[in-house]
Amino acid sequence: MLRFILRRLVGMVIVLFVVSILVFLIFNVIPNSPPAQRLAGKNATPVLVKSIEEEWGFDKSLPEQYVTMMKKVFTNELIQYSPRTSVEDRIVEGIPATLSLSIGAGIIWLSLGLFLGYLSAIRAGGWLDRILTGLAVAGISIPVFLLAPVLIYFLTYKLEIFPNGGYVKLTEDPWEWLTHLILPWFTLAVLSIGFYSRVLRSNMLDVMNEDYVRTARAKGLSERRVMTRHVLRNSLIPITTLFGLDFGATIAGTAIITEVLYNIEGIGLYAAESIGKLELPPIMGITLYGAFFVVFINALVDIAYAYLDPRVRLGSTAR
Amino acid sequence: MTIDPQPEAAIPAGGPSAALPAAPEGGSAGYGPWRLALKRFLRNRVAVAFLGLFVLIVVFVLAAPLWANHVAHTGPNETHTLEKLHVNGEVREVVTPEGKPIGPQLFEADGKFFLGADSRLGRDEMVRLMYGGRTSLFIGVVSGVITTFLAVVLGLLAGYYRGWVDSVIARTLDVLWSLPVLLFGIAIGVSLALGGVTIGPIHIEGGSVWVPILIISIFYTPYVARPIRGEVLSLGEKEFIEAAIAQGAGPLRVMFGEILPNLASTIIVFFALNIANNMLFEAALSFLGAGVQPPNSSWGTMITVGEELLTTQPLLAIIPGVMIMLTVLSLNIVGDGLRDALDPRSKVRLEAHAGIAEPQGTSV
Repeated sequence: MLRFILRRLVGMVIVLFVVSILVFLIFNVIPNSPPAQRLAGKNATPVLVKSIEEEWGFDKSLPEQYVTMMKKVFTNELIQYSPRTSVEDRIVEGIPATLSLSIGAGIIWLSLGLFLGYLSAIRAGGWLDRILTGLAVAGISIPVFLLAPVLIYFLTYKLEIFPNGGYVKLTEDPWEWLTHLILPWFTLAVLSIGFYSRVLRSNMLDVMNEDYVRTARAKGLSERRVMTRHVLRNSLIPITTLFGLDFGATIAGTAIITEVLYNIEGIGLYAAESIGKLELPPIMGITLYGAFFVVFINALVDIAYAYLDPRVRLGSTAR
Repeated sequence: MTIDPQPEAAIPAGGPSAALPAAPEGGSAGYGPWRLALKRFLRNRVAVAFLGLFVLIVVFVLAAPLWANHVAHTGPNETHTLEKLHVNGEVREVVTPEGKPIGPQLFEADGKFFLGADSRLGRDEMVRLMYGGRTSLFIGVVSGVITTFLAVVLGLLAGYYRGWVDSVIARTLDVLWSLPVLLFGIAIGVSLALGGVTIGPIHIEGGSVWVPILIISIFYTPYVARPIRGEVLSLGEKEFIEAAIAQGAGPLRVMFGEILPNLASTIIVFFALNIANNMLFEAALSFLGAGVQPPNSSWGTMITVGEELLTTQPLLAIIPGVMIMLTVLSLNIVGDGLRDALDPRSKVRLEAHAGIAEPQGTSV
């Protein structure tokens, strides 16, 4: 196990290095226009551009430029230039909102997805299964940028059930925090609820054919016990991996769009605002930290998977 | 409660029919595999219906210039802020002084502003929807072609040569796979917005549709290349490859003459699913402002514009979203139908691949 963890961590460090190189290339090398001009933003003065050029060492060699960039990122010196604020500070400010949104949505999609998938599997072929299958397909097909406007228009403006966008800190007013987040949570979760219920259903149907399930039935265990202790538990192993990967991908993906749609002041909204103003330093910071986060989560997931399923860590194909 | 399915029962049934795959089709034993696949696909009513829907959508967006020139008499980026419409003797402002655009007129104004105006700029929503659909579909299809091409070449090279070639390609694909697609898409979109990029002889301008196409093609290649590589690896073990090599066929001949035709069904299925994912990704990028650039429309940018007027004209945000959903849904269902029709026996295995690729792909 220890060897597996070590190998996986070394792999993670290599990927992190590749990620930082990629970000460096994307922002400072590949595009045609002078990098200082782009970093300065839309309405930059020549003086500012000149000072950025010196600050980032754009007249030096590429490896030196790379080191300068990474130094800035790790010493909290990555700043956006109009208005002049620290990118890291803004990112840290956005973390509570982004995590509230993603973790809440994650809990909803995992619990509802597994519950519906379990129902579907134990009633496979029945009418309940068919209804749930239809709902799952519908849920998977609705993009967030359709679901959110529909929900906001009908539930917020027409019926006035939910407050109109924004984010209230949990420490300020827990009730308001909850009511402001319910719609975003469901918007973000619907796709995954559908997907997870399908995955769990097909996993469970596969496991039901295993010999040990027959053994469990043969020794007279109740159907309920067979389903929960033998079938469900073994079907959950692949779900852990999937959930970890999706959770990372959601924070760095759909959550950004959801934050914009519901005006939640998290990292995603910060990114979107920076796109509108063509501010590059925030995008650079968010891309780097976002990618680091996702790669880190993926490594954790692999280690958790290896812990849960010995075949992974002992097999030669372990990735 | 449930009775165990008997695994023994599968053996006598699978034994003889496995030798003659066409036999269970009854009287169709004389047909070729493509003809059989077509028959199977046509029997799948749902898939055929959604193929029809997709064709309708394509016709709809291709008809954009016809509608613009002969019905609406305006272009997608033409503004009509201060104009007035004469409808049944009544005068309606395209945009009210408060900035509220006119609602759907359907055919009351002879097809002008069929779906109303898009914003305080007073552009014809219907015309923008049709031209925007062209952009979205164009980006989806072109990046689908590029992704498929890259994926097939990489998959063939990795699966055929194995060894270090495979290691390099597989590792690269793994890294690309593990990156947050949307964040990197945004990063590239924004950094190329000023000045564009030059790759060898190709120059891409900042605001052009080729920027999102480039982004999408690169980041979705692993999702197609990895399953193709797996398939090439297993095909490489087959006797007919050995036979071809024994007959003196070179690597190119084996890869493109022997292996590639056997990948055809996989490629077709992934192509359909890939276009759907590309369109979702394009919509997400454009929605955030890092894809198609204004004043050009795409379904993604139209949602951004419409969102600001959600309280007064909700349809402006909802209609482009519905269009995206219908297109993606029809492509997904057609893709699934094609998979069942082309390779019914590999259904389970392919589903597992698509299952891993989907959450990251569709959650964009």
